[in-house]
Amino acid sequence: MALLRITSPHILKPGRTGNVMLQVILATLPGLAALCYYFGWGPLINVVWAAMLAVLFEVAVIRLRKRPVTFYLNDYSAILTAVLLGLALPPFAPWWVTFIGIFVAIVVAKHLYGGLGNNPFNPAMVGYALLLISFPVEMTRWAPPSLLTESGNLGLIETLKVIFEIVDLPDAYTMATPLDTFKHKGALTAEELWSQSPLLSQGLDAWYAISGAFALGGLYLLIRKIYTWHIPVSMLVSLILVSGFFYGSDPSNYAPPLFHLTTGAVVFGAFFIATDPVTAATSNKGKLFFGAIIGLLIYIIRTWGNYPDAVAFAVLLMNLSAPFLDYYTRPRTYGHKKSNRGIKG
Amino acid sequence: MDAILIAVLALLGLALAFGALLGYASIRFKVEGNPIVDQIDALLPQTQCGQCSYPGCRPYAEAIANGETINKCPPGGESTIQALADLLDVEAIPLDAEHGEEKPKAIAFIREDECIGCTKCIQACPVDAILGAAKQMHTVIESECTGCDLCVEPCPVDCIDMIPIETTLSTWNWPAPKPSEQLIATDRGRGELFDGSAAGGSQS
Amino acid sequence: MSRIWNFHGGIHPQENKQQSLTIPLRQMPLPKRLTLPLQQHIGTPAIPTVKVGDKVLKGQRIAEPSGFVSIYMHAPTSGTIVEIGDYPVPHVSGMSAQCIILEPDGNETWIEHQGVEDFRTLEKAELAEIIRCAGISGMGGAGFPTNIKLHLSDDHIVNTLIINGVECEPYITADDMLMRERAAEIIGGIEIAAYLIKPTHILIGIEDNKPEAAVAMTEAARTSKLNIEVVVLPTKYPSGGERQLIKLVTGVEVPHGQLPADIGIVVQNVGTMSAVYQAVHDGKPLISRITTLTGKALSSPGNLEVLLGTPIADLLDFCGVDSSKQSRLVMGGPMMGYTLNTAQIPVIKTSNCVIAGTLEEFPPAPPAQSCIRCGNCEQVCPAELLPQQLHWFAKGKEFDKALNHNLMDCIECGACSFVCPSNIPLVQYYRYAKSEIRNEQQEQRKAEQARIRFEARQARLEAAQQEKEERRKARAEAASKAQAAKRKAPVTTTTDSAIDPEAELKQLKTQAAVARTKLKKAEKALQEAEQNGADNIDQLKQDIESAKQKSELAQKAFSDAENKAPAPAAPSLKDLKVAAALARTKVSKTEKVLADAEAKGAPSVDQLKNSLQKLKEKAEQAQKAYNDAEASETAGNVSNASSSQGTQSTAASTSAAQPIDPPQNDVKALKSALAIARTKLKKAEKALAKAEEEGIEELEDLKQAVAEQQAKTDSAAAAFAKAEADCQTAKEATNQGPDIKALKTAAAAARTKLKKTEKALADAQAQGSASAEPLEKALSGLQAKVVQAEKALQEAQAQEATLA
Repeated sequence: MALLRITSPHILKPGRTGNVMLQVILATLPGLAALCYYFGWGPLINVVWAAMLAVLFEVAVIRLRKRPVTFYLNDYSAILTAVLLGLALPPFAPWWVTFIGIFVAIVVAKHLYGGLGNNPFNPAMVGYALLLISFPVEMTRWAPPSLLTESGNLGLIETLKVIFEIVDLPDAYTMATPLDTFKHKGALTAEELWSQSPLLSQGLDAWYAISGAFALGGLYLLIRKIYTWHIPVSMLVSLILVSGFFYGSDPSNYAPPLFHLTTGAVVFGAFFIATDPVTAATSNKGKLFFGAIIGLLIYIIRTWGNYPDAVAFAVLLMNLSAPFLDYYTRPRTYGHKKSNRGIKG
Repeated sequence: MDAILIAVLALLGLALAFGALLGYASIRFKVEGNPIVDQIDALLPQTQCGQCSYPGCRPYAEAIANGETINKCPPGGESTIQALADLLDVEAIPLDAEHGEEKPKAIAFIREDECIGCTKCIQACPVDAILGAAKQMHTVIESECTGCDLCVEPCPVDCIDMIPIETTLSTWNWPAPKPSEQLIATDRGRGELFDGSAAGGSQS
Repeated sequence: MSRIWNFHGGIHPQENKQQSLTIPLRQMPLPKRLTLPLQQHIGTPAIPTVKVGDKVLKGQRIAEPSGFVSIYMHAPTSGTIVEIGDYPVPHVSGMSAQCIILEPDGNETWIEHQGVEDFRTLEKAELAEIIRCAGISGMGGAGFPTNIKLHLSDDHIVNTLIINGVECEPYITADDMLMRERAAEIIGGIEIAAYLIKPTHILIGIEDNKPEAAVAMTEAARTSKLNIEVVVLPTKYPSGGERQLIKLVTGVEVPHGQLPADIGIVVQNVGTMSAVYQAVHDGKPLISRITTLTGKALSSPGNLEVLLGTPIADLLDFCGVDSSKQSRLVMGGPMMGYTLNTAQIPVIKTSNCVIAGTLEEFPPAPPAQSCIRCGNCEQVCPAELLPQQLHWFAKGKEFDKALNHNLMDCIECGACSFVCPSNIPLVQYYRYAKSEIRNEQQEQRKAEQARIRFEARQARLEAAQQEKEERRKARAEAASKAQAAKRKAPVTTTTDSAIDPEAELKQLKTQAAVARTKLKKAEKALQEAEQNGADNIDQLKQDIESAKQKSELAQKAFSDAENKAPAPAAPSLKDLKVAAALARTKVSKTEKVLADAEAKGAPSVDQLKNSLQKLKEKAEQAQKAYNDAEASETAGNVSNASSSQGTQSTAASTSAAQPIDPPQNDVKALKSALAIARTKLKKAEKALAKAEEEGIEELEDLKQAVAEQQAKTDSAAAAFAKAEADCQTAKEATNQGPDIKALKTAAAAARTKLKKTEKALADAQAQGSASAEPLEKALSGLQAKVVQAEKALQEAQAQEATLA
């Protein structure tokens, strides 16, 4: 009978960090399925390839840091990062793009900062942003949603061959995303754009479905109390409000709120990227600000910035200000008249 | 030519104005004394033991303010060095062994039946924590003793002991949580890092 | 039904309460031994009022409070106090503290006690005193003396009395059982408390997982004339925390740094109320309590009425513990309790629960992973803190930041640790940081005090110095004035000098001294110069020469003046004594210098030896002069001198030959000299030992030094013994009878010395050291001394016997 001095509490709630990560991975499945439905095998191959690389890098780095490998692998955070990055990549992203992205995400963005819990930036988004800046051609090579092409999707083997650059991607399989199209509409008004490319409005249907699938996974996580509603809701609401305001003032020049909400990685980002607890604000009030400013930033960058999509940059920018938000949104402690602001009294 | 003249004059005027402002500020907001010395003094343990080779804590504080190293205070130990490093924004350096080691806190105790009443310890005590008179037994006021050791040397009959302060139920403290076993096994030599005792700023 | 508010956070752990509620309340049989810790409450430990061996009756007072925040203790049963000593007590540290051990006689004989018929006829202070004398402290957990809480000073106006029957921790059912079984008693206690603090509202908070208790309390409350309201609260941990309960039932938050009483609220535990009732109505002090015994390692868990001091091992046995299954023994609840490392710990006034948990019940905490800042801890924190930030600060030892994040408002409820997905022992981090902060603050206070004292001392010394300086100046001024006056009136000066030759003498003496000091300084400078090989040695030597001459001149002038000066009627004995003492000091100093020089092998040894010789002679002379003077004085007073004085003076003249032997009537001085000599010897021996260890070459020198010291000590001891013996004879002569005690001490001391020497000899022989021979000699001498001392003692005893 070993009677040791053990600190209270003596009972713990079941559920560990690894479990949390697994739930999140699970919740991405509907979104992954939707992506695969519309874009073929590409997304799945990306995710699997990314996960394999992530485990490899994670093991290597943990070895280098002389830490127990299985203990750290068991938190599944590396696989989650890989899945998130894999989902964000274009369906036919070459293998080396994924390789570089994962390397940056796991080694640079996570472990160089001290590993899980100490990274100031969302690793997946760091990887994604780096790829977007470095390889704009590869990173914008989106396939057309399958229902738009007569021949249907490429088969598994063909997709693998394309991704591992054994064959070139046929031109028919590249197409700009709706965001890209809208971005480069030039002098055309919105109405003209819609009428000019019927494919665009049809392609939007695919994006509605994909966003819906990701939202479904997000709802599951909300119900399982993996995170609170604050960040996704404030982020989506702020985006709707801002885009609604501009659309209302000039519908011919600005895209409608629904367009902004469903294209690109907004829903995915709201439920899976911005909610990453490590890099987000922690107090409830802070989370509201965090999400809302991300929404605002997405709109600003999309509309007036250089890049058609902006989730990665918006999230990274807010990652940077999360500690600041935390310091200035500290809850009022029981028995105190007001909360202390900042870190020094 | 005019433009150059105007520019020169404008700059001159600005320089004068700011100079006057600075001059006024230096008089108006003049700080009496040296506040940094007070701040340093407040961090020192005030044992007045002189182990730093200065005659008391304040002189050492003044010396630190003038560039003396911060690692000469054995009674304060690592924590004082850390606090000083934080205050002065310099790197924390290990304790200078030349000035002694960090010992557990102790207080002086006079074996009263051996005391011959020479008053030497009373004169040595920097905080007047020893009571007694010539040819009378002396005793230490426990609550005032800083454990500086200074009374031990002058005692001609060696009747002063430094007794380490014992932990009681009311002074018992929770230890810092130890990193879990599994991590220690491979983190040998990195325990400090895990312990969080590595130089401050491990917060991220 | 009053409104129920809510507090932030909280958790819903598995309750596990039903296990201990299947069996009704049982009475624990009398144990073999009761261990009663003197500290069962917050504050200072009680002071025992009984001695070992005392027979006590049940309810008899055995310890009294040592301060305001302290309590009385009573014997839980009749029996014998067998010990008062340190035993392990219920405390997180697992440390021991003072306990009174009581062995029951099995009779359970009550001390005479009487309740109060109608407490409403009593003054409040009297009633509070009854509660104080019953030794009641809060039974919920903290253990604050109840009488203080119920008898507040006049500046506290209490409007709400809250009775805490929440019992939110899992497993614990002691209060639940108490409310079911003794609802009437609790209400009775509440009436007393209400009489004392006159609240406008009385609320009893009970969680909705205890419906029977709530019903029982509502029923009982209906019988009371007071308006007592039972508030059923939703089950949530930690709603039983004092501040959380206040928020729940009143919606008010207790401001940081204040007590509930400051905002007019008093919270009392139901167990405390029952104890108050028993104290007032039956006159029974607090000697037992209800404790929950539960956990999967017990075959019959349940609630027991236990005498305070009963070992937990007995309780576990009573409930059928399977020690092979038991893996963790928890005192208190699973959320805030602490583990015990032995079951030999007694039940005290605050022990509400003991859990004998199995491995499956309390699995060891998995290793902590990195914090992923999930914020779950923040969601559940009832104090609305940022636990993860506090964790970072505690881990990085940034305690000031932790303080700024209100660490001190943490109630250590454990909710954050409970929900942490990374299993970080958050609560321990906070406890550690809190105690570090408290230590730091205490140290800072102490340092501040030390600084103030140091500065005060410094100021005092400075003032003294200044005063001295001023006095010196004043003297100098007076002297110069006198000089001026002298010059102005030369006629009177002669008379002055005729009248006061002593002053002149003094002046001359000072001059001589100054000259000597100068000489010394010059010599020192020369020495330094020689060492440094400086060029100006010749000049220095010349300087010395001139200084010497001057010094000699001054000395001569002085001695001339001294000789010329009309000798005072009789040389003051005191002066002579001082001179003799001075001479002796000089001798010893020179000896020391000599020893140093010898150790260093300096060339000045011979010179030093010479001067030592001279000094010794001087000392002898001084001593002799003193002795002579004394003798002459004695002779002068011979008519009224007693025989003892005569003895003294003869003894004095005989001892005059010994330079370091002072007059024997100053035995005390000799004693201290002896002590000093001994210490020196010790030091020398120590040095020798060290040297031997280090194998230093000048071992022989050191040994010699030690031997010299030994000899000196011996001579000092001998002088002391002699002086004592002289005193003895003197005393005998005055017919006071022999001082056997002193002789005994002397004999004992001699024996000790003998032993020590024997030991030293043995050591020396073992090491084959050269000092063995002298040691042997010393030993035989000592042996002889011991024999002598013992003989003297016997004689003295015999003499005393005959006298008697």
